[in-house]
Amino acid sequence: MALIELRNLHKSYGSVNALRDLTLDVPEGCLYGLLGPNGAGKTTAIRIMATLLSPDQGTVTIAGLDALDQPRAVRQALGYVAQEVAIDKILTGRELLQLQGDLYHLKKNVRDERIAELIDRLGMDDWIDRRCGTYSGGMRRRLDLAAGLLHRPKLLVLDEPTVGLDIESRSAIWDLLRRLVHQGTSVLLSSHYLEEVEALADRMAIIDAGTVIAEGSPDELKRRLGGDRVTLRVREFSDQEEAQRVSELIRQVSGVSQVVINRSQGYSLNLVVENEPVIARLRDCLLDVGLPVFALAQSRPSLDDVYLQATGRTLMDAELAVAGQRDVKQERRKAMR
Amino acid sequence: MTSPSLSVAVSDSERSAWSELAQETLALTRRLFLQLARRPSSLVAGVLQPLIWLILFGALFTNAPDGLLPGGISYGRFLGAGVIVFTAFSGALNAGLPVMFDREFGFLNRLLVAPLRSRSSIVLASVIYITAISLVQSLAIMLTAALLGYGWPGAAGFVLVVATLLLLVFAVTALSLGLAFALPGHIELIAVIFVANLPLLFASTALAPLSFMPGWLGWLAALNPLTFAIEPIRAAYRGPLDLSAVLLEAPYGDVTGTTCLVVLVGLTVGLFLLIRPLLNRKLS
Ligand SMILES: Nc1ncnc2c1ncn2[C@@H]1O[C@H](COP(=O)(O)OP(=O)(O)O)[C@@H](O)[C@H]1O
Ligand SMILES: [Mg+2]
Repeated sequence: MALIELRNLHKSYGSVNALRDLTLDVPEGCLYGLLGPNGAGKTTAIRIMATLLSPDQGTVTIAGLDALDQPRAVRQALGYVAQEVAIDKILTGRELLQLQGDLYHLKKNVRDERIAELIDRLGMDDWIDRRCGTYSGGMRRRLDLAAGLLHRPKLLVLDEPTVGLDIESRSAIWDLLRRLVHQGTSVLLSSHYLEEVEALADRMAIIDAGTVIAEGSPDELKRRLGGDRVTLRVREFSDQEEAQRVSELIRQVSGVSQVVINRSQGYSLNLVVENEPVIARLRDCLLDVGLPVFALAQSRPSLDDVYLQATGRTLMDAELAVAGQRDVKQERRKAMR
Repeated sequence: MTSPSLSVAVSDSERSAWSELAQETLALTRRLFLQLARRPSSLVAGVLQPLIWLILFGALFTNAPDGLLPGGISYGRFLGAGVIVFTAFSGALNAGLPVMFDREFGFLNRLLVAPLRSRSSIVLASVIYITAISLVQSLAIMLTAALLGYGWPGAAGFVLVVATLLLLVFAVTALSLGLAFALPGHIELIAVIFVANLPLLFASTALAPLSFMPGWLGWLAALNPLTFAIEPIRAAYRGPLDLSAVLLEAPYGDVTGTTCLVVLVGLTVGLFLLIRPLLNRKLS
């Protein structure tokens, strides 16, 4: 049985459909990435998993527990690191962790041992006894991560854990997440950075407009797109006529598709090849008519290509389309209890 | 063999339920006190304002003709009970503020994601905190009043004062917590607190007896919950405790000490019942 099972979730905020029939299975023991542009519904889905929100329709099962029936048991099983870190500015980091430990009913000595261990592990020693109000974004994130891990949940859920962080904090968090998964904690994280999901996730889902549009391991998803991307030049700078001639020629080679002449790159040719032997056939075909191969660059399809294929736009374009359209303040006010 | 161990297991888990509830409530209360310790200005202001009332207002009528007030007491003595109640009242009126900030800044979500035994612990922590603060503030005023020569209730009287203040604080805390969940933000909550504060003081018997007031104001004052707290405390300061004595000759009839306490109990229970569905909804 999957660790997280979301079945046909629907959730709307007034007229906005944030989730539309979202179904997702997250297996145990892996690092699962939820990739999607701003507004895709990642936070909504995660808040539902964390029992902060109930769906309008659908079922949520976490570690075999129905989240709507047994929210307390689900809360015990799950560590949650929110997108916006809510800390108490007046408390010190240590006091916040102590509070967190008490809310999860840890015995005092266990609590303090684990706090010491996490302080060490996350390198918080220098500032943990300062008030949270003085912390930088990276420090807050690390503290929040420690809070989420304090009760040793079997599942850690993080909503865009590295957004807006410096590179150093980001890689520290990446390292920690990898080690956690290695030690047997399951991790689910959402992100709108494909690099992040690519670098971390064993499995992933791409969500867009409140529904899953692709699911699998990053490699699988890319492989499913079929074929590698190839950039071909017969000489350093071809002219249009030559490019045209070559493109007609290679279109005949079986296993070659989507041939495009790239004017902005000295009339190079972009194409997709089905598999490795096609490259050899391609070279043979050019050799037969006496054309040299100046350069041939081959690349696997990227996650962006996967997104592009499914939605007809790049992740960047999707991101730009919503930029400035969301009224985050108003959303927060509406989401207030 | 099995049945005793089973019953032990049950009582164990029951005990752990209680101890978990205590642990989370204590931790939440501790947080509020830590905040107070680092930002003590609200505590100080909460004492300073009534203190100024007591000193300035108490002196205002020093040379008023004797026998002006019922029982022939000085105005300072008369005022003491009113200021004590006002202190507890305005302290408790702030009960909702920390909760409101937690709602607004999302800290409440952190609490709600945790496997709390009962979410009443969030409310309970606020009640414990604000009760302690209000009582300490009131006590400071009582001591000052004693130093100014405005008297001190006897032992039984002191118990009555504390009991009355507790009832009032519970009622007002319930009201404030209800507002903290019903209103959209802290600005609105502060506005309500600000607007409610002084009129409720003026339209009570804190500053003047009913007999000084025009009829309409007398009605208001005789219906004002503050009056039901002020009169028993004033009586406790006046002399030996007699709850059956008439403390207030209200336009609708005589009010005894017992009536005052019953009204306060009713108000507290009523308000908690009133806000319960709201809290259940907001904390579910
Ligand atoms: N509290 C809210 N009130 C109204 N609309 C909201 C609220 N929260 C989210 N939305 C809308 O729901 C959609 C999904 O949002 P969200 O789950 O936050 O997506 P993501 O986390 O992927 O950016 C967006 O269109 C967003 O504007
Ligand atoms: Mg989000």
